[in-house]
Amino acid sequence: MSVAIQFDPIRLPPEAEALRGEVRQFLQDEIAAGTFDPQGGSRDNPEFSRKVGERGWIGITWPKKYGGQERSFLERYVINEEFLVARAPTRKHFTADRQSGPVLIKYASEEIKQDILPRIIKGEVSFCIGMSEPDSGSDLFAAKTKAERTDKGWLINGRKLWTSRAHESDYMIGLFRTSPSTTDNRRHGLSQFLVDMKTQGITCRPVLHPNGNYEFNEVTFDDALLPLDNLLGEADIAWKQATSELAYERSGSERFLETIQVLMELVDFIGENPDLREAEGLGRLVAQLHTLRRMSISVAGMLHAGKEPVLEASVVKDLGTVWEQALPSVARDLAAFVDRDPGNRVRFEEILSQNIIIAPKLTIQGGTTEILRGIVARGLGLR
Amino acid sequence: MDEAESLVRDAATRIFQDLGDPQTINNAENDAWRAPLWSALEEAGLSTAWVPDDLGGAGAGIGSGFAVLRVAGEFAAPLPLAETLLAGWLLAQGGIVMPGGTMSLAPTRRGDKISLVDGKLSGTARAVPFAAEVDHLAVLADDVVALVGTADCVCRDGRNLAGEVMNNVDFDGVTPLEMAPLPPGINAGSVNMMGAAVRSMQMAGALQSVLEIAVQYAEERVAFGRPIGKFQAVQQNLARLGEEAAAAIAIANSTAHTIEHLDSWDDDGVFLDVASAKIRVGEAAGQGSAIGHQAFGAIGFTQEHILHRFVQRLWSWRDDFDNEAVWAAELGRRAAAKGGAGLWHSLTAA
Repeated sequence: MSVAIQFDPIRLPPEAEALRGEVRQFLQDEIAAGTFDPQGGSRDNPEFSRKVGERGWIGITWPKKYGGQERSFLERYVINEEFLVARAPTRKHFTADRQSGPVLIKYASEEIKQDILPRIIKGEVSFCIGMSEPDSGSDLFAAKTKAERTDKGWLINGRKLWTSRAHESDYMIGLFRTSPSTTDNRRHGLSQFLVDMKTQGITCRPVLHPNGNYEFNEVTFDDALLPLDNLLGEADIAWKQATSELAYERSGSERFLETIQVLMELVDFIGENPDLREAEGLGRLVAQLHTLRRMSISVAGMLHAGKEPVLEASVVKDLGTVWEQALPSVARDLAAFVDRDPGNRVRFEEILSQNIIIAPKLTIQGGTTEILRGIVARGLGLR
Repeated sequence: MDEAESLVRDAATRIFQDLGDPQTINNAENDAWRAPLWSALEEAGLSTAWVPDDLGGAGAGIGSGFAVLRVAGEFAAPLPLAETLLAGWLLAQGGIVMPGGTMSLAPTRRGDKISLVDGKLSGTARAVPFAAEVDHLAVLADDVVALVGTADCVCRDGRNLAGEVMNNVDFDGVTPLEMAPLPPGINAGSVNMMGAAVRSMQMAGALQSVLEIAVQYAEERVAFGRPIGKFQAVQQNLARLGEEAAAAIAIANSTAHTIEHLDSWDDDGVFLDVASAKIRVGEAAGQGSAIGHQAFGAIGFTQEHILHRFVQRLWSWRDDFDNEAVWAAELGRRAAAKGGAGLWHSLTAA
């Protein structure tokens, strides 16, 4: 068989399902206590992140010596999906938990690990990812922001763009140029660094979303000096180090549950006695969602087993983000003829509007549709 | 896939490679390929995988049966292998011994009902695959499974989109050769689910093949001085085909796994998996076939090319045991009854 696409049927193990019960109870209690409002409010909630940290649910898979639990990736999977569906305000710890922490564990010095990982686990520190630049988005290897080695440390100069939440992050994992690319490998010459966002010479300028939300930043580095120790892994070969991270980043439930509230409100809006058109439309959405979740868990199982399912992860992200992007429009269509009064009309319409407005970003962030399909095509042997 | 399943998979693949190659069958001027292929499958026990040894079957287990079906789909098998497996499964539920030879089963559509009165059947089943060609039919009549000789029934002329025999069958006044009551849980709903899961797995296999031949063609066919697979527009299309095949494979595998390990056909999770498979794989069959044709251009739209063997079966199979729309309406009704929060709970419980 020339084309190897594998999605084995994986089920979450009993310990993960047991954890699901705890997580749901916790979320219910926190909603009741007013820690967060699942219908709205800020996604950034330091108190919530601290409480999640107290539970041991940040960095749950990490080594015990840094405060982790060494529990399985499949347990993390359950926490993540329940938080997403409950619209829990995880923004402060989300990026650090998903990818920055694992990068540090793999590539940072022992001193950095001892310093930062326990604080991530407590929900105290927040990370952003410095990849895109004004002239380097999908074409990541065109990045120009320079890291120059000096006696005092790494001197950083240049600009990162579209950096989500840089202004409220404590640290960045940044991708900087340490050498020019070579003629036979244009991926060569980029390195990963840990950046303390309080470093002198770093400034964040807001770039607002169309609805006025402040998430994006332009981050300028003007002779910002990083300790020598902050180079993560080896210089010039960041492209090699990033491979397995991508599978984690692209296959999680956040790649199809971002607009899930629309579906849940739609179900309540349609009510218990849908007409045929509503029922059929709803049934297709449920089938598509269930299939995505099965695929995502299958990839989680492969990651858990130590494999690197980069192709499969890209498939999940493309199918998932296209689906969650279309969901608000499909819901709008299905709701068009509901003339009953189910009681949540105002809320449904509000949530629908919010999600229609944010939908375009879903197929851009973290790898565009076109890039993902390019990866799939490569996996099929076409590139 | 466990060891038994991969052995079965390998055995089925070898038989189809030797005796059921789609290109060879496509070129054949008559049906001479049919008898040797069927006897090889039957001798290897692949057609009776779901019948226990003591009822005359191979007793290979649910997972192995689905492994055979995946291969049958990969080769667009043009004979009643899936139907014989299904009929054997249904007969075995009632403890009826396998008669041997080819079989199909009825009914295959929601709403078709066969009844049993005073030892005689009545009613019509629509769209029974291969009915007029097979030796026997396994018929679900009320809460009984009946083994019926095809010659005793009236099979109305008909063919599916792939040109295979498919008949509306009248059972009025037919006396079954054998009858047996069915255990609790085996009824019109579960038989329909089993059929839908079977077709989903065949379609997943066929989509995998459409993907493979399309990718291979894109690597070989040169236009504008390059293999067409080097063009981004073609790459993006084939990536979409790959994704549709992946979704189909994932949910069909998941459904087979669920059925293999089920406690009761009444579990909500079984319906969720089967319905999702029939809906999502059916959607993938539609989109994947269109992309496959687009990749091949004119040569794919000819009788001499094998693409139609897969595509036309995909189109036909997605209608068997009810199509996407029918399953979606039922799944949607159940979801609506649960409410928004309840829907999420039911997804995670499956």
